[in-house]
Amino acid sequence: MEIIKLSALEIGEKIQKREVSVPEVVKAFYHQIEQKEKDINAFITLDEEQAMKRAAQVQEGIEKGIYTHPLAGVPAGIKDNICTKEFKTTCGSKMLENFTPFYEANVIESLKSIGAVLIGKTNMDEFAMGSTTETSYFGVTKNPHNTDHVPGGSSGGSCAAVAAKECAYSLGSDTGGSIRQPSSFCGVVGMKPTYGTVSRYGLVAYGSSLDQIGPIGTNVSDVAAILEVIASYDKKDSTSIQRKDYQFMKALHEDVKGMRIGIPKGYVGDGLDDEVKEALYNMAKTYEKAGAKVEEFDLDLVKYAIPTYYTVASAEASSNLARFDGVKYGYRTEKSSGLEGMYNHTRTEGFGQEVKRRIMLGSYVLSSGYYEAYYLKALKAKALIKKSFDEAFSTYDIILAPAAPTTAPAIGESLKDPLKMYLGDIYTISANLAGLPGISMPVGRDTKGLPIGIQLIGNCFEESKLIQAAYTYESLTGGGK
Amino acid sequence: MRDQFETVIGLEVHVELATSSKIFCSCSTKFGQKVNTQVCPVCMGMPGALPVLNKKVVDYAMAIGLATNCEITKNSRFDRKNYFYPDNPQNYQISQLYFPIARNGYIEIELEDQKKRIGIHEMHMEEDAGKLIHDEWEDASLVDYNRSGVPLVEIVSEPDLSSPEEVVAYLETLRRTIQYLGASDCKLQEGSMRVDVNLSVKKLGSKELGTRTEMKNLNSFKAIKRAIIEERNRQIEVLEDGKQVVQETRRWDDNKETSYAMRSKEEAQDYRYFPDPDLVPLLISDEWIDQIQKSQPELRGDKKKRYIEEYKLPEYDADILTQSKKMADIFEETLQWCRQPKKVSNWLMVETFRLLKENNMEPEDIRFSPENLGKLINLTLDGGINNTVAKEVFEEVFYKNIDPEAYVQENGLKAIDDTEALKEVIQKILQDNPKSVEDFKGGKEKAFGFLVGQTMKVMKGKANPTLVNQILREIL
Repeated sequence: MEIIKLSALEIGEKIQKREVSVPEVVKAFYHQIEQKEKDINAFITLDEEQAMKRAAQVQEGIEKGIYTHPLAGVPAGIKDNICTKEFKTTCGSKMLENFTPFYEANVIESLKSIGAVLIGKTNMDEFAMGSTTETSYFGVTKNPHNTDHVPGGSSGGSCAAVAAKECAYSLGSDTGGSIRQPSSFCGVVGMKPTYGTVSRYGLVAYGSSLDQIGPIGTNVSDVAAILEVIASYDKKDSTSIQRKDYQFMKALHEDVKGMRIGIPKGYVGDGLDDEVKEALYNMAKTYEKAGAKVEEFDLDLVKYAIPTYYTVASAEASSNLARFDGVKYGYRTEKSSGLEGMYNHTRTEGFGQEVKRRIMLGSYVLSSGYYEAYYLKALKAKALIKKSFDEAFSTYDIILAPAAPTTAPAIGESLKDPLKMYLGDIYTISANLAGLPGISMPVGRDTKGLPIGIQLIGNCFEESKLIQAAYTYESLTGGGK
Repeated sequence: MRDQFETVIGLEVHVELATSSKIFCSCSTKFGQKVNTQVCPVCMGMPGALPVLNKKVVDYAMAIGLATNCEITKNSRFDRKNYFYPDNPQNYQISQLYFPIARNGYIEIELEDQKKRIGIHEMHMEEDAGKLIHDEWEDASLVDYNRSGVPLVEIVSEPDLSSPEEVVAYLETLRRTIQYLGASDCKLQEGSMRVDVNLSVKKLGSKELGTRTEMKNLNSFKAIKRAIIEERNRQIEVLEDGKQVVQETRRWDDNKETSYAMRSKEEAQDYRYFPDPDLVPLLISDEWIDQIQKSQPELRGDKKKRYIEEYKLPEYDADILTQSKKMADIFEETLQWCRQPKKVSNWLMVETFRLLKENNMEPEDIRFSPENLGKLINLTLDGGINNTVAKEVFEEVFYKNIDPEAYVQENGLKAIDDTEALKEVIQKILQDNPKSVEDFKGGKEKAFGFLVGQTMKVMKGKANPTLVNQILREIL
């Protein structure tokens, strides 16, 4: 079997057994990239020479017994809002088109420490704002299953690259569903961990109180293995949490007996595509057959999730993105017109439409006289949404939910109506507002042949339960392939 | 006419804390280093960098809060103050608006004839900005981020002050307290203490406050006094002309001794404050407060009392020595070398203060070591040198921190107590001044003084005066 078609752990095992060398693996993926990239555009930055150099180093390390991790030598794609010293970090924006950080993200240090090979930086919606990867300054990424369709977003490049076998696994970031939704559109497995589990140091912030880096892979085992590498307490991130359990691979066993699974009624009502709904109920049946107890329940406050999310995320973004001003790094306007003018032209020329829309929205909800009416109210709603999930988890181990209302839309369809696009985040954003972990996995395809993904949401710090349930489903059904 | 108005003043005082590292990263806070050498992704506002609170900043802030009788906020938060300016690398400043570290305190100031309590509205922690350097030749502006992220506290008083004298008394008391705590050196000139004055005037007896202005760029107590008088007069003139005072921020020009408007309320920025999502709430336990309370150093009041009781100093001495922490420290350290408190006090209060005044220096600028002062005083006590010589040697100690023992030795300043040699000199003087000898014998004490003076003159001041007196009396 062709090496690139294997899972990350399978490739890692072959490397450890010396059945294949790291440079051979990297070469094979670069060969695939050459074939696919012109149609998919999953990457913003690629550097074969550098990847090969690193591959040789890691191979040497493996032979010396330095790198023994099951993922050592396996090539990874990194979302382009995660800082890397070797590659530019553009955030999909003209603003950072030529920006190379002189520091790197905590997750990159973690990956390097186990001998990961970074293959390139993946495309994304500009500053992670978008649900389709169409707002990138570097062009649209296309869905590998049908290039007329979007891969989802904002981690569309990371998900498409894994689906197209251009890398063995990838990292994405999830502020309102940006890992789980594109994973579902691309037929891969993606996870957003509990807020505070993976360090945000070196992740270019969009909505700081919601952002989390997470793994994307071809199956549940890969995702568990990657999470084990990147999850850690980091004293450089004040919101990082010291956990007791970091051994997520231990949860990789088949067993959902006695597990209580809840489906929020509001998630399977109007607005949900029939084929997605059917797939969700089929999944529920599989779980019931395997011994779980599945029932529908009322989850309060669902309808407030979208306005709450867009208020909080935009407010934080308006402040987080203020630093891109042409003074210190990144794009600066050619037009010379004093300090104010330099700020105005730089930001007008450097940011795209969607980013400007959210900066304006965020500035508005924080402005004097509106702070209490919008931002403070949204914070209160956020706390209430968390409470309503707390109640749900006193009854259920896991919540079963769609990852998106439909399968991947056609390119160009979503940006025509941004409000409609925002509403598409309904099933994913609550997990961010409540800080909960969620995993999206493929469960089948619709009549157009596009992947359908379903999401499992767990209580805080219960990634292991999610991994166990997802792994069980995957083992029983073959993972919707 | 002016007597019909009274002045209402509130102060906003920024103080740079004496931590060795910055408030949200581990960069050094050392002053006067090469530009942009004490920086990192965090204090340069690089994308993806995150702040981590320096606990020492909280310790200092709590110490100041407790010393100024504030309530400590047990669930304190940091907020972002959003505004665009190149010295502010993130284009927001991490500060505290909604839940500042301390609130509702006061300090007591001593005026000529009374004491007055000045309320402290709140005190919060925040990060300092970088510095803009304008290059006139290149027509460009450059930014130095070394100061970016240096910890500050801002202490906001209640509008309880009513005169320049009260303002200076408040500032001196506040500065002294903070210096005693070791939380800052509070130098106005270097900017480690910065004062903004909020001032309004109102008709005498009126309950309604007038419209206030905020005065910035005040770099000395003198400038503060001057600016208060000028601004009070300006506002009264505006009102007497039947016009309204405009709420605005004004900048003091110390050379022209006048101020001009920087921006009015209409142009005032909307800072869009909101809780910083990168920092978790700061929860302060009772144990933490206790620990700070217990480790508070001896403050001025207690020190003064102890000087009077333990060292038997007059209240006047104790008062002056404790006016600055530095002077009190020098006093106590000198005592380690010379155990005569009153003598040490005299040397500090007379000679040291004289030289400070002559050189326009503060006690904080003193560079000599207490050891050298102690040795010098000892030399005067055992008759090794006389007072005139001692004063000269002290100047050397003050300016160059020389070792007085070695210096006296090398320069042959030691008093001559060779009785035989002195006798010879005195005999000669008596022969040359028969008139004075006559006068003395006739009962004129003054003549004796003259003879002592003549002896010292011949000896170039190096004679042991006690011995000279003794020999003179013997012979006469």
